[in-house]
Amino acid sequence: MNTDTNGPNDSFEGRLQAARVKQGLDTPPKPTGESPGGSGAAAWRIGLRLGVEMVSALVVALAIGYGLDRAFGTKPILLLVSLPLGVAAGVLNVWRLFGREDRGTASGGRGT
Amino acid sequence: MAAEGHSSIDALGQFTLEPALGAIGRSVNFTQANTMMVVASGLVLALLVVGMRPRAMVPGRLQAAAELAYEFVLGMCNDQIGHGGKKFFPVVFCLFFFILFGNVLGLFPYFFTFTSHIAVTLAMSTFVFCLVTFVALKEHGLHFFSYFLPKGIPMAMAPLVILIEIISYLSRIISLSVRLFANMMAGHIILEVFASFVVMLGLAGGIFLIPAGLSLVTNVALFGLELLVATLQAYVFAILTCIYLHDAVHLH
Repeated sequence: MNTDTNGPNDSFEGRLQAARVKQGLDTPPKPTGESPGGSGAAAWRIGLRLGVEMVSALVVALAIGYGLDRAFGTKPILLLVSLPLGVAAGVLNVWRLFGREDRGTASGGRGT
Repeated sequence: MAAEGHSSIDALGQFTLEPALGAIGRSVNFTQANTMMVVASGLVLALLVVGMRPRAMVPGRLQAAAELAYEFVLGMCNDQIGHGGKKFFPVVFCLFFFILFGNVLGLFPYFFTFTSHIAVTLAMSTFVFCLVTFVALKEHGLHFFSYFLPKGIPMAMAPLVILIEIISYLSRIISLSVRLFANMMAGHIILEVFASFVVMLGLAGGIFLIPAGLSLVTNVALFGLELLVATLQAYVFAILTCIYLHDAVHLH
């Protein structure tokens, strides 16, 4: 359904891409400079992203558990319950992060 | 390492807030971070107002920059949010360029990076979170809460899944803010440490001039990397805002 509106746009983009490749404007840049951080930088960035996703879910879960514990006076119980929930939410975050690329091409027109 | 006199590396000193604008700033706690925010906002405004003043058919340099900025963010909104994405263009534009100018201005010597403070990024991400939740509630009403219960889940699992989904939803505040803050702060600490190496080893003289030169080269390379990170993190913040807004508008 979206192909109709994207059609001319797409073909122009495609032609522009082809023209750019022909002119040698779009060759992928070769990282000739920094050799120590060259290949490791991308992996390092992905690792940082995953770490942030996991830790943030854990922090939120532990904050909720601690807060509820203080509110109800059940000192360690809810904190311990929220710990596995936080880990699960972190894994879910990471799962979403990598699942998005596959889902992006799937049909998004399910809205009610 | 060998004790080198009184000098030590103070990598965190650069993040200290100090009052700006003299006595007036001191009385209202107007710090240099606030100054940089005003400067960044003013520059974005100036780019748009001054850049678009000629309204030429064939744009000059500044007008081309302003138009590129506009079209870049508009394209991001339309691609990521999809139908109805244009409504959110102003907020995404403001966020993206505020963060971008803050990050890039912070790379200039003696300029303060306000995005390296968790208070600033947390405020921005909380704003995004509230906006997304508000939009979702406005678009879908109470149907929004079905977001926390994916389809095809057995009823026995529902309480567990709902709890996990809510935690995952809330963790967006933290992950959005910590990503920006940690990247900016780490970059500036590394720059500071290597710059200190250059000064300390350079002052030692003699054989130490070789590692001093190497540190200088590393710092130049790091500066290029920091320029990339500054742009990339502004882009990541804006695009994640768009993705969250897409989720809010379309629910999955």
